Amino acid sequence: MTNFLNPQIFDQDVETKPTRHGYGEGLLELGEKNLNVVVLTGDLAESTRVLEFGKKYPERFFECGVAEQNMTGIAAGLAAAGKIPFISSYAVFSPGRAWDQVRVSVCYSNLNVKIAGAHTGVSVGPDGATHQALEDIAITRVLPNMTVVVPCDAIETKKLTLAAVERPGPVYFRFAREKTPIITTVETPFEMGKAEIFWDSNKESGITNNVAIVACGPLVFQSLVATRELHEEGIGVVVVNNHTVKPMDVGTIMKVARDCGAIVTVEEHQIMGGMGSAVAEVLAQNYPVPVEFVGMPNTFGQSGQPGELLEKYGMSVKAIKEAVKRVMARKNK
Amino acid sequence: MLTDSQIQQLELKANEIRQDIIKMLLAAGSGHSAGPLGMADVFAALYFGGVLNYDAKDPWKEDRDRVILSNGHICPVWYPTLAHAGFFPREELMTLRKLNSRLQGHPHFRELPGVENTGGPLGQGLSQAIGHALAVRMDVAAGELPVGERMPWVYCFMSDAELQEGQNWEGIMFAGKNNLHNLTAVIDRNNIQIDGFTEDVMPIEPLADKFKAFNWSIIEVDGHNVREIVDAFNKAMAIFENPTVIIAHTIPGKGVDFMDWKYEWHGKPPNKDEGEKALAELRTLQGKILSEHQ
Repeated sequence: MTNFLNPQIFDQDVETKPTRHGYGEGLLELGEKNLNVVVLTGDLAESTRVLEFGKKYPERFFECGVAEQNMTGIAAGLAAAGKIPFISSYAVFSPGRAWDQVRVSVCYSNLNVKIAGAHTGVSVGPDGATHQALEDIAITRVLPNMTVVVPCDAIETKKLTLAAVERPGPVYFRFAREKTPIITTVETPFEMGKAEIFWDSNKESGITNNVAIVACGPLVFQSLVATRELHEEGIGVVVVNNHTVKPMDVGTIMKVARDCGAIVTVEEHQIMGGMGSAVAEVLAQNYPVPVEFVGMPNTFGQSGQPGELLEKYGMSVKAIKEAVKRVMARKNK
Repeated sequence: MLTDSQIQQLELKANEIRQDIIKMLLAAGSGHSAGPLGMADVFAALYFGGVLNYDAKDPWKEDRDRVILSNGHICPVWYPTLAHAGFFPREELMTLRKLNSRLQGHPHFRELPGVENTGGPLGQGLSQAIGHALAVRMDVAAGELPVGERMPWVYCFMSDAELQEGQNWEGIMFAGKNNLHNLTAVIDRNNIQIDGFTEDVMPIEPLADKFKAFNWSIIEVDGHNVREIVDAFNKAMAIFENPTVIIAHTIPGKGVDFMDWKYEWHGKPPNKDEGEKALAELRTLQGKILSEHQ
């Protein structure tokens, strides 16, 4: 484990916090620093953590009601007029329902709109499949001009929120609903477009690295837990926190592909079109190695507890370990 | 109050824009005829009737009024209007819909000076116009925007049939709630759409009552009477309580006899013979305007 991570990460009582809380905290800081930052929500001010911003800066906060398409268009107009709007809803609604507006009003015009999609992944839990966004990476990364980022914890989410205003043009980022472990610290480097290596077995204890796990979002935690167990079994693993799905850090992906010769991608999203697909595109063009995909296997989710759902749909620690072993077997053929 | 001579100038301008529309569509070989011809008088009134605050040499000046074209397919009327206003050379009009042209088949945000938005997929313009109106309001409140006699105004052109898109009603609701008085929507009430007459395809009446119910002020005008149109724009600016919609009753294809009122001309250009015939009609009309005012 690289030394800039949370030292208590593998403790039973590791601190947990929903990633979206980092968004609210980041916005409050931005509100003070940048007068052009405006925040819009579609009847989800509390849940998307923008309520405090609204209380502190009411003149820069717009409640749009349950109307995500209009909210997205208003954001485009505000951005065209020089503002930096952050639109805040659940990812199934924005960018989901408002995809045409994201495509035409925002991306085609390359406008400075930041889209925060909350409640992604099956770990949304009891609300069920309708509210579990599992397609948002696919539908955003396909759009020209768009940047797509998946933060792994609340601390990284805050850094990302602050960094988003420095990057001109549309940025989409997604949050989880549940409390998830704090993986990073305030010192952990974060740069959009730059993947970070969070674990390197070779550096840890000199063993050969057999597989690289390229993960994003809160499942970076499960990837690290799986890796520690595999490492103890003598399997060398590199874990990459690949938070920026687009534009991807091709250099780091190529490096770990060369060093390890096999890759497992891990994300709480449909396998089709997600972060893993984007990694596979990079590899197929530059340095083909065997890849196993951990993600949603072309099905809708259902109600349940987050842990149960990750288990059922193959995104648990156990599933990650199995994928590592599968890809190693393919590599040796 | 416009003088007779000013009225004549506006009518002549609209006529020139109509001739350009036909020439552009002939050169492009595709595009929409009826809507652009029907809106030539309204566009001429806005840009040349002393209503719009713009500077073609400084197209993005901070205190400019903003024009958003939601029904992007009628850009064959917007482009010549902008060219006549000096935003870009008139010769460029003939590149409409051609490879590497700035005159895209549907307008693209800032591709051309004066083009404030991307428009085409119906229903998206009003929300963008609301964003501009909010930004203007914020900047005026913060003292950041130099303001002369009035607040920079936002105009949003829309078609009647595009009101069938739900997003518009989200926007109409939002603008009404926020009393966005510096927003004026202009609806081209020409009654046609691709599949036929609006009231057959999907009725939008009673239109004025609908806007009233959403806290908008309503002005209805004859969309071919430039005096009425200019008066309506000025009246909208005097309303401080809420946003205004100008419902412009227009005749699709106006100015070209064989096109007007025919929904078949919504989405197609004239062929060579038809184009020549249309231009001949428009030139006759031009002569009439000149003689009528003498």
